[in-house]
Amino acid sequence: MTFNAPVLNYTLLSPILILLGGALLGVLVEAFVSKAMRAVTQLSLTVGTLVLSLAQVWRIHNEQSMSAAMGSVIIDGPGVLLQASILIISIISVFLIADTDHFTALAAALPGSEEERHSLESGNQVTEVYPLTLFAISGMMLFPIASDLITLFVALEMLSLPLYLMAGLSRRRRLASQEAALKYFLLGAFSSAFFLFGMAYLYGYSASVTYAGIRESIVGGSGNDVLLLIGMAFLTIGLLFKVGAVPFHAWSPDVYQGAPTPITGFMAAATKVAAFGAMLRIYYTVFANAQWSWSPLLSLIAIVTMLFGSLVAISQRDVKRMLAYSSIAHAGFLLAGVIALNKAGLEASIFYLFAYGVATVGAFAVVTLVRDSSGEVTDLNRWKGLGKRSPWVAISFAGFLLAFAGIPLTSGFIGKFSIFSAAYESGAKGLVIAGVLSSAIAAFFYIRVIVLMFFTDPSQDGTSVQLPSILTRATLIISMAVTVVLGVYPAPLLNLISHFSTFIR
Amino acid sequence: MNAANYLYLSALLFTIGAVGVVVRRNAIVVFMCIELMLNAANLSFVTFSRINGDLNGQVIAFFTMVVAACEVVVGLAIIVTIYRSRRSASIDDASLLKR
Repeated sequence: MTFNAPVLNYTLLSPILILLGGALLGVLVEAFVSKAMRAVTQLSLTVGTLVLSLAQVWRIHNEQSMSAAMGSVIIDGPGVLLQASILIISIISVFLIADTDHFTALAAALPGSEEERHSLESGNQVTEVYPLTLFAISGMMLFPIASDLITLFVALEMLSLPLYLMAGLSRRRRLASQEAALKYFLLGAFSSAFFLFGMAYLYGYSASVTYAGIRESIVGGSGNDVLLLIGMAFLTIGLLFKVGAVPFHAWSPDVYQGAPTPITGFMAAATKVAAFGAMLRIYYTVFANAQWSWSPLLSLIAIVTMLFGSLVAISQRDVKRMLAYSSIAHAGFLLAGVIALNKAGLEASIFYLFAYGVATVGAFAVVTLVRDSSGEVTDLNRWKGLGKRSPWVAISFAGFLLAFAGIPLTSGFIGKFSIFSAAYESGAKGLVIAGVLSSAIAAFFYIRVIVLMFFTDPSQDGTSVQLPSILTRATLIISMAVTVVLGVYPAPLLNLISHFSTFIR
Repeated sequence: MNAANYLYLSALLFTIGAVGVVVRRNAIVVFMCIELMLNAANLSFVTFSRINGDLNGQVIAFFTMVVAACEVVVGLAIIVTIYRSRRSASIDDASLLKR
């Protein structure tokens, strides 16, 4: 028996390989660099790795290949666009993570113990968060370009496992943070079990683990349909959990609230791009011919998700929980792009993912700045009159909220408009009506927050806006600039996306 | 023996695991139920591999074992931290984050 060595195209895989290399170097830095130098070394290593990877993505942007890793990944236009979006969102999130004030000094120490106090005083920092971030990003980069089930599953776990840990690293309210990590982990592992079981049935249906093989079986239609339906349903449950769609959303408000805010922003934005990227590829290329089996149910889920997210967000008193429910509503809007199943839907989804992701990181950047003596203030009532005390921060938060609401002249408007027009074009009128209705509901609570910030008197309870560090400021400025520029002059990006967005099969 | 019986067994194990996750209250037991679900999926993979005469399913089973081992590492770390700070591994006690 002979073994053939696999042929890998290292150039095409290099964006992911660079990230993995950077992450491994980061682990070594943890072991060998002195404590004083560690934070700055890790930060420059991480940002350098991300920029290098982005440059590499740019180099391969015109390539198309099915055989970069023996048919396990597909490099094509949408894949490259999604990878670039993930990297850009990650870079501005890493700027936020660099503010180590958010992270516990020693994750293993008991909350409130002598050990914890000692490590805080001696200036320890959990710089492990940088390699963990890089590992998570490399999983996210692999998830949307995977083209067989094994790679898909491994990428899913690669992006999830570091995030479970990072959710539990908050410096303040540590019990809540640990609880968030536990909930995220248990529900995440539960959903990966469904995902895996669905994979098993798809494999049983088609006798193949590659997307192409499964598609051929669906097109041929000779297999046992029961296996296909079970497989599709369970695989979809796993994906819907990752994007936080109703009824698999239960984890997201708790995790958003408990996790350290920079991690929440990173997770909310980048995971969504990766998970929807994989979902778009699977539904557009693999399940496209079985559209009539999944489209009605998925439309129902999308409608319920939009309405539920928007309605429940109204009653929230905590900024992070409100943003969590708003992200549930946005998952519903994005599902409309998946259901549309046409080229316009694909383009709109990619644009929406990028615009929404950048605005989300920006919004969470603002949340990190509003503090009192015991840490971040997330109670909305204490945000009263923020606009009078720190107009710039309040204006930028208002800008992000308007983008979430989809008000014209922001990126959110272009995103929503193009996604709904794609859904309309594909004949999903109910979806468009529900989408517009829930956008109106959502606009209500976004604007309520803006009124709260600008037109009420400031409360005198020690809430203040911290002066942003240079890196946080960079995050705010970049995300604000992207939000406004994409709202006013979206044509170049839209053209770029429409030039690249064709899945190769 | 009819290979489909193994599929029934795997579906049964998966259901037992899923019910366990929903009804049990100890984080460790919930986690063990999740592992049971992963192993049920593994049994399905191997059975389908046998039915289809294709080796990929068995390869996936190995991958799943590795991934499950990674999950144990991360999961036990999180559960032990919670246990140390709360002196309880019950998932009902961890309820700070409810509005």
